[in-house]
Amino acid sequence: MTDSIKIKTMAQMVASGEQPEVLFWVGCMGSFDDRAKKITKAFAKILNKSGVKFAVLGAEESCTGDPAKRAGNEFLYQMQAFTNIQTLNAYEVKRIVTTCPHCFNILKNEYPELGGNYEVLHHSQFLQNLLKDGRLTIEGGSFKGKKITFHDPCYLGRANGVYEAPRELIEKLDAELVEMKRCKERGLCCGAGGAQMFKEAEKGDKEVNLERTEDAIEVKPDIIAAGCPFCNTMMTDGVKHFNKEDEIEVKDLAELIAEAADL
Amino acid sequence: MISSIVFVLLLGATAFIFIRRLKEIRYNINLGRDLDLSGNFSERFKIMARVALGQSKLVARPFAGLMHVFIYLGFVIINIEILEIVVDGVFGTHRAFEAVLGAKAYYVFIGIFEVLALLVLTACVAFLIRRNIGKLKRFSGVEMTKWPTSDANIILVVEILLMTAFLTMNAADSVLMTAPVELLQASGLDHYAGFFFGGWFWVSAYLTGFMPNDVNTLFIIERVCWWFHIIGVFAFSIYVLYSKHFHIFIAFPNTFYTRLQPAGDIPNLAAVKKEVELMMDPSADPYAAPAADAGPPQRFGAKDVEDLSWKQLMDAYSCTECGRCTSDCPANQTGKLLSPRKIMMDTRDRLEEVGKLKRAEGPDATDGRSLLGDFITKEELWACTTCNACVEACPVNINPLSVIVDLRRFLVMEESAAPSELNTMFTNIENNGAPWQFAQADRGNWTEELNDN
Repeated sequence: MTDSIKIKTMAQMVASGEQPEVLFWVGCMGSFDDRAKKITKAFAKILNKSGVKFAVLGAEESCTGDPAKRAGNEFLYQMQAFTNIQTLNAYEVKRIVTTCPHCFNILKNEYPELGGNYEVLHHSQFLQNLLKDGRLTIEGGSFKGKKITFHDPCYLGRANGVYEAPRELIEKLDAELVEMKRCKERGLCCGAGGAQMFKEAEKGDKEVNLERTEDAIEVKPDIIAAGCPFCNTMMTDGVKHFNKEDEIEVKDLAELIAEAADL
Repeated sequence: MISSIVFVLLLGATAFIFIRRLKEIRYNINLGRDLDLSGNFSERFKIMARVALGQSKLVARPFAGLMHVFIYLGFVIINIEILEIVVDGVFGTHRAFEAVLGAKAYYVFIGIFEVLALLVLTACVAFLIRRNIGKLKRFSGVEMTKWPTSDANIILVVEILLMTAFLTMNAADSVLMTAPVELLQASGLDHYAGFFFGGWFWVSAYLTGFMPNDVNTLFIIERVCWWFHIIGVFAFSIYVLYSKHFHIFIAFPNTFYTRLQPAGDIPNLAAVKKEVELMMDPSADPYAAPAADAGPPQRFGAKDVEDLSWKQLMDAYSCTECGRCTSDCPANQTGKLLSPRKIMMDTRDRLEEVGKLKRAEGPDATDGRSLLGDFITKEELWACTTCNACVEACPVNINPLSVIVDLRRFLVMEESAAPSELNTMFTNIENNGAPWQFAQADRGNWTEELNDN
């Protein structure tokens, strides 16, 4: 690490008469959860390294309303959307990238009708573009020979049909991509979506994240790659439950790329 | 002559009952809320062609998919033969299409039907075994009570009987048709004579060995099978409209009206949008009188079937209870009460109940029951992770998730009946813009930690 990185907020950027290339929507997990903050930082470092002019909303960012909406509280969701859209539109934001598929989905699909029209990218797509455009180069050396399996986040995969971008990133790492028996369109949920993250699971005979972690353990990976901070938590808990944390790491795509790029 | 009259009467009665029942179903579906799904014809048509005509989602499970394709092709193509049977029945002719197509083409035509009939037979037997002996998990479950289970078996047995009658009829008929003309004339069966297509039909050929030589007995076998087959088809076509098997018709419009947005996009509630705008927009006049054409305010979310859209109700009628949604549901797989199939079956059963009541006692009649509570419980709804696995799994593009979300909306917005942990989450979002109790001002703290390492 040479230079220290200074991240500007939208307010700072606009005050100095600049517009960012892209707004990094961090999300609640990425802002507050200790594990997810590592993903946020890894992605910010990549953006910085690639010379992407980006900004965050900082204290002006607020929950997109996704967990409220999925739990049935359309009022709260639309109030959140209303204020967020006012902020985003006031800054004339055109492009948004986010490391959270839930934020990605709701910003991309559900905000436009309420007046929020932006080009919204998941960070896997954004990273794919950086590599494609040659703005970011990585050497997969440290991952050579490692087995990586990718857990499709529901809100990236089934919800929005993004299956290839994350996989292309993993292939760039020179790692061996191994697929779980349930993957892509038929990938199993980690158990956190639809506001389940915020409540105890209903009565059953098993936790969903354990069922999914078993899928992953079955293919004997060195790393479970995730593209969602919620999935990441659920899979990490699952791996710990099976006492496999010494053999299997759970890492976000951004962390893998940052590691490969020596950041 | 008498047989023609009997046939026409049966045909007419079938059509009458069939249309009356279709009207009932249309009435029931129209009890749902309006939803504008017009336009995008070519895109919709492509989805229908791929999913319904092309069976694209069925083959996700290869064995069941292939067997289903056999039955489907058999059903669609053998139905052309029904046309001939109807013509023969009305005009008292014998194999009327032979004259139209020419002997050779007709021979191939029937041959293909027979091969399909054999495939249908095989698939139905395989399905019966799989259902009743194979103990496949998705064919059990709380919603698979007596009627849904016997409904499936009745359909399979009837199809087996119909196909057997069709093949037996052809076997008897082909022996009869190639019998010496004098024998046929002696029994008054002239119209069966003088007919040769170069051999037995492709499949029923193997049954001809079991046929008697006596032309009169052959005639009786042929007629009994003919009548059994066509009466069976008539009865079955009506039965279908009261059964899960209705998907054979409604899968086409249902896939045509598939939502075109990405699966993750849950539509914004227009009624809420209006309220939020009034609340948040400083220029809105809170005392403004509602527009003259504004109807009575709608419920937020759904408590009963009438609060759902007509498409959601059409979804319910399209369900074949195959259980692919339920077997792919993460909640169901981990022993929770939720079964997306049950959500759709409950919606249909409740809709039938409401429709019956309203047709009998008028459109304002109520029975004090509702979909939420009397059919679907909160525990089922709160188990959903909104992962869209059920939507992806459905071979006819039913969306159980949309019903679940609408019922949740009613629970939360009309009844304030969310689980307490979710209420805490709501409060946190309201107060500090995050689902947890973190100060919004701290959102950017990570940027300070960035260079710590």
